[in-house]
Amino acid sequence: MSAVIDHPGTHAGGHHDEHADHHGAPHGWRRWVYATNHKDIGTMYLLFSFTMFMVGGMLALGIRLELFHPGLQFINPQLFNQLTTMHGLIMVFGAIMPAFVGFANWMVPLQIGAADMAFARMNNLSFWLLIPAAIMIVSSFFMPGGAPAAGWTLYAPLTLQMGPSMDAGIFALHILGASSIMGSINIIVTILNLRAPGMTLMKMPLFSWTWLITAYLLIAVMPVLAGAITMTLTDRHFGTSFFNPGGGGDPVMYQHIFWFFGHPEVYIMILPAFGIISAVIPAFARKPLFGYTSMVYATASIAILSFIVWAHHMFTTGMPVTGQLFFMYATMLIAVPTGVKVFNWIATMWRGSMTFETPMLFAVGFIFVFTMGGFTGLILAMAPIDIQLQDTYYVVAHFHYVLVAGSLFAMFSGYYYWAPKWMGVMYNETRGKIHFWGSVIFFNITFFPMHFLGLAGMPRRYADYPMQFTDFNMIASIGAFGFGLSQVYFFFFVVLPMMRGKGEPAPQRPWEGAEGLEWEIPSPAPFHTFETPPKLDPTATRVIG
Amino acid sequence: MKTLKAIWHSAGRLGLAAGAVLGCSTAMALNDLSGGPAINQLDLPPSITEIGRDQVWLHNFMLIICTVIFIGVFGVMFYSIFKHRKSRGAKSANFHESTAVEIVWTVVPFVIVIFMALPATRVVVAMKDTSAADLTIKATGIQWKWGYDYLTGEGEGIGFMSTLDATHREMSDAGKPSGDDYLLKVDNPLIVPVNKKVRIITTANDVIHAFGVPSLGVKQDAIPGFVRDTWFRAEKTGDYYGQCYELCGKEHAYMPIHVKVLSQPDYTAWVELKKKEAAAAADDPKKVWALADLSARGEKIYTANCAVCHLPTGKGAGPIKPLDGSAVVLDADKTKQIHVLLNGQNNGAMPAWKQLSDTEIAAVITYTKNHWSNTTGQIVQPTEVAAMRK
Repeated sequence: MSAVIDHPGTHAGGHHDEHADHHGAPHGWRRWVYATNHKDIGTMYLLFSFTMFMVGGMLALGIRLELFHPGLQFINPQLFNQLTTMHGLIMVFGAIMPAFVGFANWMVPLQIGAADMAFARMNNLSFWLLIPAAIMIVSSFFMPGGAPAAGWTLYAPLTLQMGPSMDAGIFALHILGASSIMGSINIIVTILNLRAPGMTLMKMPLFSWTWLITAYLLIAVMPVLAGAITMTLTDRHFGTSFFNPGGGGDPVMYQHIFWFFGHPEVYIMILPAFGIISAVIPAFARKPLFGYTSMVYATASIAILSFIVWAHHMFTTGMPVTGQLFFMYATMLIAVPTGVKVFNWIATMWRGSMTFETPMLFAVGFIFVFTMGGFTGLILAMAPIDIQLQDTYYVVAHFHYVLVAGSLFAMFSGYYYWAPKWMGVMYNETRGKIHFWGSVIFFNITFFPMHFLGLAGMPRRYADYPMQFTDFNMIASIGAFGFGLSQVYFFFFVVLPMMRGKGEPAPQRPWEGAEGLEWEIPSPAPFHTFETPPKLDPTATRVIG
Repeated sequence: MKTLKAIWHSAGRLGLAAGAVLGCSTAMALNDLSGGPAINQLDLPPSITEIGRDQVWLHNFMLIICTVIFIGVFGVMFYSIFKHRKSRGAKSANFHESTAVEIVWTVVPFVIVIFMALPATRVVVAMKDTSAADLTIKATGIQWKWGYDYLTGEGEGIGFMSTLDATHREMSDAGKPSGDDYLLKVDNPLIVPVNKKVRIITTANDVIHAFGVPSLGVKQDAIPGFVRDTWFRAEKTGDYYGQCYELCGKEHAYMPIHVKVLSQPDYTAWVELKKKEAAAAADDPKKVWALADLSARGEKIYTANCAVCHLPTGKGAGPIKPLDGSAVVLDADKTKQIHVLLNGQNNGAMPAWKQLSDTEIAAVITYTKNHWSNTTGQIVQPTEVAAMRK
């Protein structure tokens, strides 16, 4: 069994973990419930988010099942709305966000040469808060009236019509938000205070950089979401009228507040992905990242711009012409730093010496499909075109191209890249390739036809649709089931064998071109690493003593 | 299409779908819906408005630019993927960090973005210009139907509800959809004249809805408590279909929009017809009523207007005069009581009720003359009231 499950009893791993036994390492359930070790907490985060990913995926398959053919066959419209809402909430708050925190927990201390996260016990709390939140949000399906059905954006005043499960959803989001903020504080303090001597900010690996910026975004916007949903809560129960037009409230104000959170949130879900890709591409091109500095600046620019584009989600609410123009221009501007990133990755690949193991395949797949999502984003940014495409399947296609093919593929890339370090065994390359090709092909079968549906005007969140849309919906549904099966395959044929320690033992440096402190420690990573600050070479990628 | 039908059938045979679904897969001729979705439509619909055509143009313009960039960027990437592989003996170079290159690939996209924004700006400004409309119609989103009220222009005063055809909702529930206009057929389409600037004011009764018709190039959220507007000038007669585009609850998928664009003479004829219908629904002031009918009608009017002061018993109270047994009410000269109702009495202590229609005044007088202990047997006909109005 590997380091992820076993407590490492053997300390073959050199001098870093000589003192491990002094801490009286916990065993059994205490190891996990009282976990303060960043690696254990990272593992729990990743397993939790994969579980939620499977739950959210089941809901998505329910949606696709109903949409396979026009007419209602399996799911009534109310349940359908619950499925779309909960699919969105669970995937965003339960799957993608915690998964990236899991990556951060595992990799940030290893990348910067820190012994652990700065606040180990808060780290434990921020993980364990996820469990009651997840229970609350999933059990909302069994409450009177069923789960919230107002869409993941929870637009007022529809939320005011919802049953008690809406309150459960709001509390769950509060808890998840608190967890995210604690996680972010932890990451920021870890990065700013616990870097090994010589690891200056501008030598820090990009994954840590993107997470530093993401953590600031999270701290800035999670309270905004908390405010919006708390106002919804008081509108529902305490007679306030923030968003209730019956009392002089403004439903559009909700949208402004929500998207002031929501747009930075989009970047919260993609910036760490950029970090992973920026680690994987140079490793497999065996060539340094083309423009490290400009990558850092581009990430920061995207983060700052993300605060001034929120109303492009609201072009059809009827804002003044100057408002539409401002948000259109600002949104299109984001294409510039995003383009810089894509160009940098390609320039890194150029004249490299590339091999295409699974991490690299997912990274290249990421660039390819994410860029398509970027193009549709640019098209949607044009207010006059957005008038046609707002709330149609084109938007659904767009954000799945950036969130599934973007965030998710980057995480798969990161998993294949780092999991040998986590678990001490290599994954099976053939199975990795099957997972990659299954995912990328079925992903496109699912979501590419949605562009056509959107252009033809099919509204999203519809349980039933005119007959002319049938064929593309069938294709999308078939693709969705294939995509879902690919992920089940990933768990049972890639992840599970690795967790059980099956596979070739991973060398300390499984990747020829990979650089960074995480490859300076043995595989699997010992329970404690860098207990004394390592001495680094001038590039801060090697330990020299 | 054929292969997909085949897939559908084989999927059914594999038992992936419930038997109920299979019943409806009997091949039925499905056609493009003119003004609505076409079968497997790949692009924006052909538009019959200027804004719509601008949107199509902008979309094509963006698509071309994006395709060029796509080919350029991924041409380089895939060339690199095929050429610069370790398995082909590629040795990695070690170049990185070039300020010049970085500046170029920041400035060039910036310029391209400005180039894209210019034509879009013009359309945004045109799109938002709802001034000088020939016709203003209020579209009210209601869970789950649309209400249309013609506010100004030809047809002013017309108002009606537009609901999905009930048989379509039943087909949906039964899982047996059919028809080219499935889920798009309504009882009362929104009727507008061709070549006229129509301003649509949107609002809602309950939650946010969105009024959108792809062929007209419009989509505007309908927000409760607020009014927003959009406009179109349809250049071709015909039927155009849209749906509600903002999640509004359980029946979100079942509140379609059907806009029927008529030629000017047809539109005028429709307005006339609507006006006649409205008039017919109202009381005919020349009608000669029977006592029982008119008295029954009058009771309602009494309860709504008079009973507050004169009390349901007709006895009045304090300074309010009783009607039960009143000399004016019982008087054989019907004009006395009509006069009081039309002009008021005692300096307005009894207000004038001339805002009521002739029929309503006639009815309430007839009621008071024949209720409680009053049994005059007199009928006041609407024409008698009309005669006394000046």
